[in-house]
Amino acid sequence: MLNMTVIYFISYLYLRTSLKLMFAFCLHSDEGLSKHPVSLETLYPSIKIKVYFALFISGKSKEAEIKRINKELANIRSKFKGDKALDGYSKKKYVCKLLFIFLLGHDIDFGHMEAVNLLSSNKYTEKQIGYLFISVLVNSNSDLIRLINNAIKNDLSSRNPTFMNLALHCIANVGSREMAEAFAAEVPRILVAGDTMDSVKQSAALCLLRLNRTSPDLIPMGEWTSRVVHLLNDQHLGVVTAATSLIITLAQKNPDDFKTSVSLAVARLSRIVTSASTDLQDYTYYFVAAPWLSVKLLRLLQCYPPPEDAAIRGRLTECLETILNKAQEPPKSKKVQHSNAKNAVLFEAISLIIHHDSEPTLLVRACNQLGQFLQHRETNLRYLALESMCMLASSEFSHEAVKTHIETVINALKTERDVSVRQRAVDLLYAMCDRSNAKQIVAEMLSYLETADYSIREEIVLKVAILAEKYAVDYTWYVDTILNLIRIAGDYVSEEVWYRVIQIVINRDDVQGYAAKTVFEALQAPACHENLVKVGGYILGEFGNLIAGDPRSSPLIQFNLLHSKFHLCSVPTRALLLSAYVKFINLFPEVKGTIQEVLRADSQLRNADVELQQRAVEYLRLSCIASTDILATVLEEMPPFPERESSILAKLKKKKGSGTVSDMEDSRKERSTNVNGSNDHIVTTSPSSDLLGLGHTQAAALNSASPPVTSNAASLLVDVFTESLPVVPPTSIIEENFSRFVCKNNGVLYENQLLQIGLKSEFRQNLGRMYVFYGNKTTTQFLNFSASLVCQDLNIHTTPADPVVDGGAQLQQVFNIECLLDFVEAPVLSVHFRYGGSMQNISIRLPITLNKFFQPTEMTSQEFFQRWKQLGAPQQEVQKIFKAKHSMDTEVTKAKIIGFGTALLDGVDPNPSNFVGAGVIHTKTIQVGCLLRLEPNTQAQASCSVKRTHIHAALYTLMTINCNIDYCSTDISKGKIKIFKCIFKSQHSQNK
Amino acid sequence: MIGGLFIYNHKGEVLISRVYRDDIGRNAVDAFRVNVIHARQQVRSPVTNIARTSFFHVKRSNIWLAAVTKQNVNAAMVFEFLYKMCDVMTAYFGKISEENIKNNFVLIYELLDEILDFGYPQNSETGALKTFITQQGIKSQPQTKEEQSQITSQVTGQIGWRREGIKYRRNELFLDVLESVNLLMSPQGQVLSAHVSGRVVMKSYLSGMPECKFGMNDKIVIDKQGKAGASDEAGKSSGKQSIAIDDCTFHQCVRLSKFDSERSISFIPPDGEYELMRYRTTKDIILPFRVIPLVREVGRTKLEVKVVIKSNFKPSLLAQKIEVRIPTPLNTSGVQVICMKGKAKYKASENAIVWKIKRMAGMKESQISAEIELLPTNDKKKWARPPISMNFEVPFAPSGLKVRYLKVFESKLNYSDHDVIKWVRYIGRSGIYETRC
Repeated sequence: MLNMTVIYFISYLYLRTSLKLMFAFCLHSDEGLSKHPVSLETLYPSIKIKVYFALFISGKSKEAEIKRINKELANIRSKFKGDKALDGYSKKKYVCKLLFIFLLGHDIDFGHMEAVNLLSSNKYTEKQIGYLFISVLVNSNSDLIRLINNAIKNDLSSRNPTFMNLALHCIANVGSREMAEAFAAEVPRILVAGDTMDSVKQSAALCLLRLNRTSPDLIPMGEWTSRVVHLLNDQHLGVVTAATSLIITLAQKNPDDFKTSVSLAVARLSRIVTSASTDLQDYTYYFVAAPWLSVKLLRLLQCYPPPEDAAIRGRLTECLETILNKAQEPPKSKKVQHSNAKNAVLFEAISLIIHHDSEPTLLVRACNQLGQFLQHRETNLRYLALESMCMLASSEFSHEAVKTHIETVINALKTERDVSVRQRAVDLLYAMCDRSNAKQIVAEMLSYLETADYSIREEIVLKVAILAEKYAVDYTWYVDTILNLIRIAGDYVSEEVWYRVIQIVINRDDVQGYAAKTVFEALQAPACHENLVKVGGYILGEFGNLIAGDPRSSPLIQFNLLHSKFHLCSVPTRALLLSAYVKFINLFPEVKGTIQEVLRADSQLRNADVELQQRAVEYLRLSCIASTDILATVLEEMPPFPERESSILAKLKKKKGSGTVSDMEDSRKERSTNVNGSNDHIVTTSPSSDLLGLGHTQAAALNSASPPVTSNAASLLVDVFTESLPVVPPTSIIEENFSRFVCKNNGVLYENQLLQIGLKSEFRQNLGRMYVFYGNKTTTQFLNFSASLVCQDLNIHTTPADPVVDGGAQLQQVFNIECLLDFVEAPVLSVHFRYGGSMQNISIRLPITLNKFFQPTEMTSQEFFQRWKQLGAPQQEVQKIFKAKHSMDTEVTKAKIIGFGTALLDGVDPNPSNFVGAGVIHTKTIQVGCLLRLEPNTQAQASCSVKRTHIHAALYTLMTINCNIDYCSTDISKGKIKIFKCIFKSQHSQNK
Repeated sequence: MIGGLFIYNHKGEVLISRVYRDDIGRNAVDAFRVNVIHARQQVRSPVTNIARTSFFHVKRSNIWLAAVTKQNVNAAMVFEFLYKMCDVMTAYFGKISEENIKNNFVLIYELLDEILDFGYPQNSETGALKTFITQQGIKSQPQTKEEQSQITSQVTGQIGWRREGIKYRRNELFLDVLESVNLLMSPQGQVLSAHVSGRVVMKSYLSGMPECKFGMNDKIVIDKQGKAGASDEAGKSSGKQSIAIDDCTFHQCVRLSKFDSERSISFIPPDGEYELMRYRTTKDIILPFRVIPLVREVGRTKLEVKVVIKSNFKPSLLAQKIEVRIPTPLNTSGVQVICMKGKAKYKASENAIVWKIKRMAGMKESQISAEIELLPTNDKKKWARPPISMNFEVPFAPSGLKVRYLKVFESKLNYSDHDVIKWVRYIGRSGIYETRC
């Protein structure tokens, strides 16, 4: 029993460290365990400690455990008392105990200092415990971090590989910003140094990867990057694996720097693939040669387009073929690990093939291979096969090949037990659908819909609707399909779907009659879904006359049919039906009396719902007063809708996020030129999800001088009464705090009773990142929150903002800014949200000014004046004389100039009261050096000048900013008037 | 109504499981174990609601007793039942421990069958139960028809708690007034809250079916009598103190109708030991001890504590088993204690200095001083300074309750009130007796 628990704990601690490392590094490889330098015996040599832990675990109840721990803690505290000197062994022992107590779930608030002391020990075990304690317990804001960093630095420079490894592991485990700051330069150096041991290199690569993930901005890109690429040629496969992980991450960020890795990766891959399974010894996993490395290399290649060099390309193709060939070979082992490893490599190879999308033979082979997997016993394999096939379906080379598997996929849809696999099957069907098989696929999906899982029904409905529309050959089929859809899964048919049917029916004359007939028949079912009633009401209201000739569907019968559903419907549907009734009055004068009777009933005229009541009153009056001519004009047939993107597609895209379907959809659209003629609605206007598009309706309604009887919120008559949004007056752009941010980066930009907007930004060369914080100062939610940025000369990437901001909560949005050109106008941030029923719009100028992209430059007095004199041309200089509104404090001015972005050059100017600055403005296209000189003049006269090149825009900016220096100084005002002169000079150089 | 009753050991293993209603499934046993016994942070509330099932639990040393129900029951009733259940078990086999429960599991199931019927509590009077549920198993000689019918008539009859035909050579009566006094005091000596909860426990060995009457210095009774005999007994009644009882509950044998109308406590007592009444008072409490703490922080690494206790009762009386518990900060690294009387020790496992004094007379004073060394930590939180708590036992009732009389009438048998030997004892104990420091 005792032994068991000891082993349990030790393996727990051990696993914890190694697992943690593995987790941090994503080191899913076998070398993580087998090559780990730590052995159990070295870790816990003391029998006493082992017994001690055993005692803990055999503690009886929770209370007993707490008592025991209190006692132990008191004992350790008395040992750690300042006046006693502890030897390394007992220090290690007690730190280890503390760590164990912490792992049991108790708070530890002392012992950190002792742990740090252990770091400077020369014994491996003591160091190991010290690092373990620090990785687990020290948080990043501790004041000990400097001591720890120092100890790590010593170990890193110790040349003892074990110690270096420990230190690197610690850096990676903690992975905080402070650590990154301290070691961002050191780790890459170790990584590429020629004399570093293999195991240390491995750790260094993974450590760097971790730092790169936590604080990518701190890792300097330097000449080491090119040498990292060469690690792919390393003898030691562990190093290669670690380096590949690192390169993948780095290459995703700056692909250009790592282009050379492609050829190396291909070479390495082909060596692995062609090697016999025993060649790699330790790195052969169940007869598969280095599967992790292969997968990583294949993934690295996916960061780049197909290699241009024919030789490399040939070699890569050969590799991929070999991998595909290997999949056909009989398995060398029955073990699941073997097949898993093999398949992992295979799937990664297939995704590379799909990524390249250039070798038809490979694509077809991949497709056939996946086809085999579709019927595999293993559920995971089937899932993966379906997923990959989905991607393959979007390639023109393999689309046909994928289509051959349609029967299998449909079968999977019907018989598969796992819902996620069925979901993939639906995706694949959607992806492989084209004109030839649309009818079959839609029919299958519809029949599946009846038994489908609730979670995926809505998606299937959308997909069916899209496919039906896209590949419809005749519209009768389309109308039938959609009505079927509503019948089968009415609850899951979103607004967009039935809006779309109506749009299409109205736009196409040839289906109107058929549609009216079909809905009329569909409505005769005793129980029909509300969505069907909506469609029915709308279509009969518009085109009821087309079927009125048939005595079985005479106007009165039509009306009675609709009205029989009236009382079962919700308010919006009833409103729609009322509009349909008034249209009937126009279409069929013979039922006018009946309808007026209905409208006149108390249940309509005195309805509790304002909307319904108003419609009833207005329609009744309209039908009584207006002449037939007027009625005919007012209640004319709806004009056709403008062509725009299918709102359903927009909805599906939104639902899936940036998922595979939408991507495929886009790529397919690009590739296939107008698959289905006029019916293919390619993106023209912005996607809008309402039936009419509010803007369009109003215009259309005004044109035809008719009250738009269809939509409920946008109706002109109704506008006055309904709770439509109050029209917010176009707000002017708020700039009040703008100038404050010229010289600083953080602060509160805007504040009113509802909202506070704060900024935090950082800039480096021509790149910047701005965190915008929206604080809700109220207690209620902001709904429909959105914030967008308008700008031309800046390339701005925005993270989407959450549409709901809770009361008292704060929302963060990140803008990644790239300066393309010199610019004058700062971007405008427009914020919209709904607060308590009213829409709020706020436009604020964001303080992103040209001076943010300044890099300070240090230069000597001689250099400065030499350049100053060079910039003599009039268009290179701006000079402005202005009055300082307040007394000018030297220190404050200095701070302002530094905040402005230039370097403050002390002692450069012969006149000590003058301020001199220099800096380079970075934009993507050009870099412009600027010199600045500020000459305060105490005699109430001063001038300011800037020397500048011909770029007027930037010149202007600098002038305005210049004034802002003055403005900013008002903050520290004392009321005295001082005047000074400011001169900017700058030089324009292309790619200096 | 109670749907089921489970008893667990400290590990959460089920020792006893009895389900009375079908709405309680097997998974309820596990639900309580997972959510309460094995919960990461300790569950403080005695009532836990898991998936619309309510669990009422009490804990006796390492044993958990949990009653389960799906209905909206009277929680007080359930707890009353659980406590009663504990009493019954203690009366049968002594301390409630895992081993005792395992050894007596047949008995416990038998008891559970008897005292709970379809989830409704039944007769849980130990004396009555002992007549037909015995620990010896089947008696050697089979019970006679008469005995069986006697039991039936007793259990179903009006006086279920006492059987007929009891005979004692010596008629004896023991009466204990047991009180526990609870206090929370500010460092300056201001009483923040104080109350006494007391019990009157009796042990009666009386023959026949005697009628008893119990009288104490209840304020309402005294005032009433004072008014009635104002002329002749005015001087006498004013000299007596009386106490105001806030609320009281009685054993089922007490005639409540009589208490409501006359406020007199009359009853036919069960045979053996039972608890006659429970009460609570909050006014005019005699606080037997006063604790005066003095805590001084000397820098960041040292703490000086001095605690004085004063006894506040008649010098002729002796308090016993006095224990003062002085909490120490969590970063204590060493403690030196000096005390004049008793023994004091730093107990690291409980984070406290425990000072024990065997005996102490009234109107005395004693003190302890301690130096506590602290280890500087990087935790910025200040020490919360938990209150100093105290335990003791005194031979009087801190509420001031006095037994005025206990009369016994037995008309059929020829013994009178004078022939009964009566013993009265007062014991005051500490409940939660705390002083802030």
